[in-house]
Amino acid sequence: MSEGATTAGASARTRSEHRLAWLLCAPAVIAMLAVTAYPIGYAIALSVQQIDLRFPDEGGFVGLDNYASVLSSDLWWTDLFNTVFLTLVTVSIELVLGMIIALVMHRAIFGRGVVRTAVLIPYGIITVVAAFAWQFAFAPDSGFVNNLPLISDEMDWFGERFSSFAVIIMAEVWKTTPFMALLLLAGLVTIDGQLYEAAKVDGASAWQRFTRITLPLMKPAILVALLFRTLDAFRIFDTIYIMTAGAQDTESVSILGFNQLISRLNLGLGSAVSVLIFICVLAIAFLYVRVLGTRVEEGRPVK
Amino acid sequence: MERGSREYALWSIGIAVVLIFAMIPVLWLISVSLKPPEAITDGRFIPSEVSFDNYKSLFEGGIDESPFIKPLINSILIALSTTVISIVLASFAAYAIARLEFPGKRLILAGALAIAMFPPISTIGPLFDMWRALGLYDTYPGLIIPYLTFSLPLAIYCLVAFFREIPWELEQAAQVDGATPFQAFRKVIVPLAAPGMFTAAILVFIFAWNDFLFAISLTSSDASRTVPAALAFFTGESSFTEPTGSIAAAAVVVTVPIIVFVLFFQRRIVSGLTAGAVKG
Repeated sequence: MSEGATTAGASARTRSEHRLAWLLCAPAVIAMLAVTAYPIGYAIALSVQQIDLRFPDEGGFVGLDNYASVLSSDLWWTDLFNTVFLTLVTVSIELVLGMIIALVMHRAIFGRGVVRTAVLIPYGIITVVAAFAWQFAFAPDSGFVNNLPLISDEMDWFGERFSSFAVIIMAEVWKTTPFMALLLLAGLVTIDGQLYEAAKVDGASAWQRFTRITLPLMKPAILVALLFRTLDAFRIFDTIYIMTAGAQDTESVSILGFNQLISRLNLGLGSAVSVLIFICVLAIAFLYVRVLGTRVEEGRPVK
Repeated sequence: MERGSREYALWSIGIAVVLIFAMIPVLWLISVSLKPPEAITDGRFIPSEVSFDNYKSLFEGGIDESPFIKPLINSILIALSTTVISIVLASFAAYAIARLEFPGKRLILAGALAIAMFPPISTIGPLFDMWRALGLYDTYPGLIIPYLTFSLPLAIYCLVAFFREIPWELEQAAQVDGATPFQAFRKVIVPLAAPGMFTAAILVFIFAWNDFLFAISLTSSDASRTVPAALAFFTGESSFTEPTGSIAAAAVVVTVPIIVFVLFFQRRIVSGLTAGAVKG
């Protein structure tokens, strides 16, 4: 009898603890769902209708017609190529640079503070401001870049597709490498220093220590950093909007969605683009989590 | 000895490269902002002549005429409101996640992670439509609500990591030593939790301060347009002048205070961005 009473008491306490926990979490959960779960459902609903705010009288259910129009347009595929290209290039450069900076911050004999200070400057700057800074720097009329040695004075960086990409990539890399470096640094500091000492005693070179100890042990941290940066890079918008606004075929899928939704007020077609972007993001996340087989749920390997 | 000095030189070069690369765009913006209009196109990295005209023109005409003052106020108020609300909500949730056992905990963490990866562009159309129906279009709450959504995952992860490190037994220890529960909370737990909350607050503020997509999609006037969006709409003094100088000046005004702040609290920011992995 008494045993039953304690269990009942304990479970009542557990239940009230559960209730408290849920009460504490509810506001945050609601705030997070309000602008994601509901709108994505709404976007799906909009995407199967013909809704153009410029022609409010026309409309109605059109099934997958909007998707068919988007997927059969060259613009979507060009923009998807641009987005994937920019994502791959920026994230690769960032991984290498970020790793170097993380190693410097971790193992520097001096100047660690200076480097950390330096990398936080880009982090603190508004992306739009950074985009303007690089745009002004490369502008043929006001910029200083064309006055540098080895660069033609006449170079019109924004007049051609891949030279525009070069500037866009530079601005993106500049802005987001610090985040990559800090995430990698977080993985780096968890590695036991004694491993390096032992490897040194055994005669391992610095490169061997890096490839045999650092890289394998950092795999989870690298994957988390890559996942976050890939998805972040995939939604590139600000830099392109400021620098070229999509001119010279430099549009990204986010710019395409924005143009349809906000500039053209074509909610049906624009929503189809939004949903397709959402599906791409899901696919990328799924690939990372599944194919690479690492738990990223808590931002670190599960104990 | 030989090896030491070579290594020293290599480090110095590496550090110098990082430093220069990080600083160039900022120095360049300051330089452009200080050039008089006729020298904007001289292409010099260091201005030959310094003028504050660009800054003066930003603030000319007071709040009604200036294209910059109202957006600056909007940016500050919207980012601060987002920060306060986000940190309060995230602290509740993070406390529950860090200290209590309950079903659905993993689901909340996984959901927060999913939202951190969510593409904001996918919500723009529905929000545009909903906000116009609800009267939230071109208002402060119209921006604060999406900012909350997308900053909460960051804040929750950061705070959970900090709260897990807090030795909560100290609270009971203080009570054993005769402190009231409130004293124990205020004198023991609050000082331990405050640095984490402050760190999360900086990260949320920078996130809201930085946003551009929501700001241009969900506003239509200076009533709630923030600085990043306003910069994209800047025009020159006359239709024949490029707004380069004034954009640069405005950029410097919104950048320098944040940089000073970030550098001042750099240790906190680094620990916040990397929270969860350190001392795992």
